[in-house]
Amino acid sequence: MQNDIVLSMRRISKAFPGVRALQNVDFTLKKGEIHALMGENGAGKSTLIKVLTGVYPKDSGQIHIAGINKEINIRSPQEAQNLGISTVYQEITLCPNLTVAENMFIGRGSYRLVNWRSMEKKTADILAKLNIPARATQQLSTCSLAVQQMVAIARSVDMECKVLILDEPTSSLDEHEVAKLFSLMRELKSRGVGIIFITHFLEQAYEICDRITVLRNGELVGEYEIKDLPRVQLISKMMGKELDDISALESRKTFQAKEDAIPVFEAYGLSSAAGTKPFDFKIYKGEVNGFTGLLGSGRSESVRAIFGADKVTGGRVKVNGKNVKIKRPRDAMKHGIGYLPEDRKQDGIIEDLSVRENIILALQVMKGFFRPFSRAEAEAFADKYIKLLGIKTASTDTPIKSLSGGNQQKAILARWLLINPQYLILDEPTRGIDVGTKVEIQKLVLKLAEEGVSVTFISSEIEEMLRTCSRLIVMRDRNIVGELKGEDMTQAKIMHTIAGEAAQNG
Amino acid sequence: MAKRLKRFSRSQLVIPVFALFLLIVFNLIRDAGFFELTIITNNLGDTVLSGNIVSILNGASELAILAIGMTLVTASSRGQDISVGAAAAIAGSIFVSVLRGAGQITVPVILIGFLASCAVAVVFGAFNGTLVAIFKIQPMIATLILFSAGRSIAYWINGGATPTVENSLVKFIGSFIPGIPIPTPIIIVIVFGILVSLVLRFTNLGLYTQSVGINEGSARLNGINTVWMKLLSFMILGICVAIAGCINVCKIGLINHETLLLDIEMDAILAVAIGGNSLSGGKFSLTGSVIGAYIIQALTVTLWAMKVPSTAVKAYKAIVIIAIVAISSPVVKEYALRLRDRLFKKPEKLEQSFQEGSIDGGKSL
Repeated sequence: MQNDIVLSMRRISKAFPGVRALQNVDFTLKKGEIHALMGENGAGKSTLIKVLTGVYPKDSGQIHIAGINKEINIRSPQEAQNLGISTVYQEITLCPNLTVAENMFIGRGSYRLVNWRSMEKKTADILAKLNIPARATQQLSTCSLAVQQMVAIARSVDMECKVLILDEPTSSLDEHEVAKLFSLMRELKSRGVGIIFITHFLEQAYEICDRITVLRNGELVGEYEIKDLPRVQLISKMMGKELDDISALESRKTFQAKEDAIPVFEAYGLSSAAGTKPFDFKIYKGEVNGFTGLLGSGRSESVRAIFGADKVTGGRVKVNGKNVKIKRPRDAMKHGIGYLPEDRKQDGIIEDLSVRENIILALQVMKGFFRPFSRAEAEAFADKYIKLLGIKTASTDTPIKSLSGGNQQKAILARWLLINPQYLILDEPTRGIDVGTKVEIQKLVLKLAEEGVSVTFISSEIEEMLRTCSRLIVMRDRNIVGELKGEDMTQAKIMHTIAGEAAQNG
Repeated sequence: MAKRLKRFSRSQLVIPVFALFLLIVFNLIRDAGFFELTIITNNLGDTVLSGNIVSILNGASELAILAIGMTLVTASSRGQDISVGAAAAIAGSIFVSVLRGAGQITVPVILIGFLASCAVAVVFGAFNGTLVAIFKIQPMIATLILFSAGRSIAYWINGGATPTVENSLVKFIGSFIPGIPIPTPIIIVIVFGILVSLVLRFTNLGLYTQSVGINEGSARLNGINTVWMKLLSFMILGICVAIAGCINVCKIGLINHETLLLDIEMDAILAVAIGGNSLSGGKFSLTGSVIGAYIIQALTVTLWAMKVPSTAVKAYKAIVIIAIVAISSPVVKEYALRLRDRLFKKPEKLEQSFQEGSIDGGKSL
C-alpha cells in the first residue's frame, strides 16, 4: 500500500434480492484529498458508503485502511467510527435541543462522570481551530443549518477520523452557507483528512474536489483527476452514453405550432417555495415537451410549481391566453391540468383505498364534495380505465397497495386521464416499472398528443424523452439553461447544454 | 350467503361482532334471563320497556354518539381528541343556562338551548381543529388544552353552581316520551346514526377523510383541502359532543360540570379501537366504533349484574378490553393465520382459489 493512501476498497460486491447493487467496485482515497463520488440515482453511491460504514455487510471484496496492515471487516457503524471513518449525512443527525458542546460529546467515552467545564472548553477550542462561528454553550437549534452541518463535521473530526464521508451535505444550504462549508472542508484537507464528497451539484464537485470516481448501475465507470475530466465527459460517463453515440432513433414528428396559436399554458417568472429560480415556460396544444437535467437540477420542482403543488412564490400564469391564478392543485385541476407526481408512494397512491377510489379521486374532487359518484358510476369509470390501460387487479375493490408498481402507476395515470385534461404533466411516469409498461406509457403519451392534449414528460432515461418529446427544456442547478428542438435534440447536445458549454455538434 | 360470510370474515368488523357475540353468550349461560325484556309501568305512569338490553342501549347513547365523531377525527388527523368530556361539560352548561334563563321551558327553548350548545361545541371543536390542522400540533397535545381547561370554563358558565332543570319536557328527552316505550336517548342515537350515514352517502366525507388520513400529501395533490377536512372532522365531533352533553343533562336533570361524562374520552377512543379502526388514522368503519361503544357498555352492565363492586368494575373492564385489543393486533392476526395455514394447509389453497372465483362471479352478477 502506498503511503499516501488512507482507504482502499477492492472489488466490492453487494447484492440485494433481485438487484446487484455493487459489482466489483474499486475505490481509493488519498490522504488530504477531496474525492467526489458521483453517479445518477441507483448508481450505487449510497450502497458503497453503507458498506464502508458497516450498515450493510459486503458480499465480497477487501477493504484496507491506513495504519492497519491487514484486511478489515466492518460490521457496524460504531466499528467504522472506531476505525476513523466518520459520516455526516444530508439530514442532520444531531440533537437540536442540546448545546453544541453536548452534541460534540454525546455517545462518546464513559457516561459515568462528565466534566462539563472541560467539555465546553475543549469544544470551544475545536470550534476556534476550525473557524466555526458557534459558541460551545449555544443550543444547536439556534445555529443555521450550515453551522449545524459544520458541528456534525467537527464532531467527526474530533473523533480523529481519517476518512470523512459527506453525503450530500450541501443540498439544503444556500450559496453563502456552501461557501462556509467549503472553507471548512479545505481546512480539514490541509490537515490530511481524506474526504469523500457525495453531491449531485456538478459545479460544487468542480469547485472543491481533486478527483472523481463515477459509478453507474452498481459498476465502476472510472476514477479521474478532476482537471482531466471536462464536464461533458463527466455527464456522459454518469449517463452511460458516449458522446459520438448518436443512436439511430425512430424519426419523430417535429411539432410546429400555428403562427397565431395561443399556448395552452404560459408561465412568466414562475417560482415556488421548493427552490426553483423564476422561469418562463409555454406549451401549445398537442405538444409534448420535456424537462431534462441531472437529479436535483430542479426539473421536478419546476413542474410542481406549474401545478401549484408547492407554495407558489411569484410569477404570472396564463391558460389558453387568459390570466389565471394557480395557487393550489385544485386551481390547476380546474384549468384542466393534471399532474402525475414523481414519487408514486409518497404523493401518488392512497395506499389503503381501493383501485376504484384511487382512480376516481381527482374527478370526484373536481365534481365536488356534495356530489359523490354513485357506486355504479364509479365502478363504470374504474372498469373502463382498467380495461383501457390493462391494469392488472383482482377487482376494483382491491386496495391499490397490493398492486405491482407498474399497475399502481397506470391507476394514477387513469386518475388523471379521467379528468380529461388539456395539459398533463407526467413526472417520471416510467420509473421503477417494467419495460413493457414503460413502452405502453410512452405510446399513450404520443396518442394523447395526437388527440390534442399537451403533455410535459419527464424521465431520467434520455432515450425515452428523445422518443416522445418534440422540445426539451434543459435545467442545471435549478435554472433553465437551454431549450432544444428538432435537429438539436441529441444526447450530445443535451449533455453539452447540461455542462453549460457552448452548444456544438457532438 | 356463504360468499357474504367469507367477505365478512375478512372485514374489520369480525372481532368486534365476535366479542359482542361472546359477551351475549356468556351472559346467557350465566343467567338465561339476562336479556329478558319486560313491560313495566314506571313511576311516571308510562308503559315502558325494561331490561338489561334497554339499559345497555340507553346507557351507551352518549358514548355511541361520541365514538362516531371520534372515529372521524381519528381517521383524518391520525390522533385522538381527549377533550370531549370537558367539552361536553361546556356544551351541557350552555344548554342548562339557556333553559334556566328562559323562565318557562318550552320546545322552542329546548331547541334554542341545543343549538346554542352545538354552536359553542363546534367553536371549541374548531379551536382544537385549528391547532391540529394549521399549527400541526399532535391531536392529543392540542386537545390537552381544552381537556384541562374545559371543566373550569363550564364552571364559569353557571357561576359555579350545579343547577337542576326540573321539567317534564326535559325528562321526556332524558328518559321516555309518553306513549313510546323506548328510551328517547336510544331514538336519538338511531336518528343521528341515520343522519350520519346519509351524510356519508350523499357527500364525499368518507372518501376525503380517509384520503387525508392515509396520505395527506397525495390527497392535497388531488385537490383536497386537507386543512379544511381536518377542521371539519373536529367540528363534526363538536356536534357529537353537544348532543352527548345535552342527552346527559336531560338524563340526570342537573348539570355537574365536574362529573358530567367524566372520563368518557377514554371510552370513546376505546370504542374506536375495539371497532377495529386503526388509531393512526386512515380507513374507518363507523359501525365498528358504535359496536365498540355497545361492547363497553354491555361489559359494564354485565359486571354490575355479576355484583362486582363498583370500584372494581374498571379493573375487570380493563382485562376484557386488553384481551379484545390484543386479539385484534396484527401480531396475533398473523400468528392465527400461520396457525390456520399449518393446520389446514391443503383445504386453504382450494378455498382461496374458490374465493377469487367468487369475487369475479359476484361482480358479473
